[in-house]
Amino acid sequence: MKTLVLVEHEEGQLKDATLAAVTAASRLGDVHLLVAGSGVGAIAEQAAKIAGVGKVHVADDEAYAHQLAENVAPLIAGLMDHHDAFLAPSTTTGKNVAPRVAALLDVMQISDILSVEGEDTFTRPIYAGNAVATVRSSDAKKVITVRGTAFEKASREGGSAEIEQVGGSGDKGLSSFVGQEVAHSERPELTSASIIVSGGRALGSSEQFHSFIDPLADKLGAAVGASRAAVDAGYAPNDYQVGQTGKIVAPELYIAIGISGAIQHLAGMKDSKTIVAINKDEDAPIFQVADIGLVGDLFKIVPELTGKL
Amino acid sequence: MKLLVPVKRVIDFNVKPRVKADGSGIDLANVKMSMNPFDEIAVEEAIRLKEKGAASEIVAVSIGPAKAQETLRTALAMGADRAILVVTDVEVEPLAVAKILARIAEEEQPGMIILGKQAIDDDSNQTGQMLAALLGWAQGTFASKVEVEGESVNVTREVDGGLETLRLRLPAVVTTDLRLNEPRYASLPNIMKARSKPMAQKTPEDYGVDVAPRLTTIRVVEPPKRTAGVKVGSVDELIDKLRETGVVG
Repeated sequence: MKTLVLVEHEEGQLKDATLAAVTAASRLGDVHLLVAGSGVGAIAEQAAKIAGVGKVHVADDEAYAHQLAENVAPLIAGLMDHHDAFLAPSTTTGKNVAPRVAALLDVMQISDILSVEGEDTFTRPIYAGNAVATVRSSDAKKVITVRGTAFEKASREGGSAEIEQVGGSGDKGLSSFVGQEVAHSERPELTSASIIVSGGRALGSSEQFHSFIDPLADKLGAAVGASRAAVDAGYAPNDYQVGQTGKIVAPELYIAIGISGAIQHLAGMKDSKTIVAINKDEDAPIFQVADIGLVGDLFKIVPELTGKL
Repeated sequence: MKLLVPVKRVIDFNVKPRVKADGSGIDLANVKMSMNPFDEIAVEEAIRLKEKGAASEIVAVSIGPAKAQETLRTALAMGADRAILVVTDVEVEPLAVAKILARIAEEEQPGMIILGKQAIDDDSNQTGQMLAALLGWAQGTFASKVEVEGESVNVTREVDGGLETLRLRLPAVVTTDLRLNEPRYASLPNIMKARSKPMAQKTPEDYGVDVAPRLTTIRVVEPPKRTAGVKVGSVDELIDKLRETGVVG
């Protein structure tokens, strides 16, 4: 089987989410990559080095600069004449583009796969991860998004794939990029960090969120996450949100501070290796999944912890 | 401008889903069902656009069992003007839902279709994007802000890195994220009024759409369970335990 994987990239860097999708694709067959963007020669070079990749297709055009689904999906659909499966990471980019590709190909997408059980059989989470379904696709071509935490990352070194320029239909004129508000942080990225310090509504304000959570995260070299409640309350920006509809994370260590543990939040972090919960309510559901729990006032515990580490 | 708002009847978000013992799916017998929370946000956004004068009529659509009419009544009680119920007892996959909605859109000619980014039962996150593809329209997914400006709409999207704003040519499909708005509760008088609002009943066959599933569910199981670990009594004990993990130096 020949697979095509969409490369996720940002500001000249190939993102880790791509590497998990490459691993999933390699379970199905030969792996080809697609780099779509504007001025993406360096990304194509990085992509060609990924272990196990056979070919890198590069579509370098201003129309693909912001990964607009209206422009990128027809490009991918065209390339699928020569591929049997399309895989994208379950990132906001992948989730935006892949279903549009699936509909153009008249294929029912398999979202957010956790494993490859066979060439047409996959597992995927449903009901906020409260159940795992094994599904078999009867479509001739497959369109798949891949949960990044469920697959090992392919190595960024060791490959020497051929790079081929491809052309697409360019700008469809349906949509255009206006602007973005992207936070630049020195901290590791949430979805690939090995330690995450996450704050909930109990932090009480944006100021307290940052003055209590940030120093602990920085001491540990951790990424900062948040519950939906904390984001809704405006204590933390939306890109911090961990959960069913936010980011799915599985770090070595997840420290949940003032997070009660709604099922929607647990859905995003319950595959973490070690979970620590700090909460003043000893009956909070978070303690049912935590490996280490400490009941008490976070405003006393967190500064003490930060100071002693 | 007319707005089309597809809504789905799903398990209530407060209910903990239970896997059936035979592994065939989730037990929904006697379980509280509600409108998909993201679709509630879509209904609310449509109402706000109408209140601002950017929209003239709101048509709610649901595809599902006869009981989905309750979900549509909720949409009507919130403020939708009329409803279309496409009745089927088959579990309709996002691709087939998108095909039915595309046919309805061809008939109704809405200026915008607003729907939830995903349903909290199958967590697919596909229907809006598929619908936009089938219609050849622009798509603004994971919206946290929607502003109509003449022949286009500016959609601010929640993306992994933060926020991104796109300008879409109308007609367009918008899918809602959590922070677009806070849906209103229907007042009692409006619930009463909703009973007399028009609701058309259709079937997938009326739209010539084959809803036979493409995916076969072989089995559904519970994920591996985590068990509660230990509770420690002090920060010092916590630090000792953290050091044992080897992740913290």
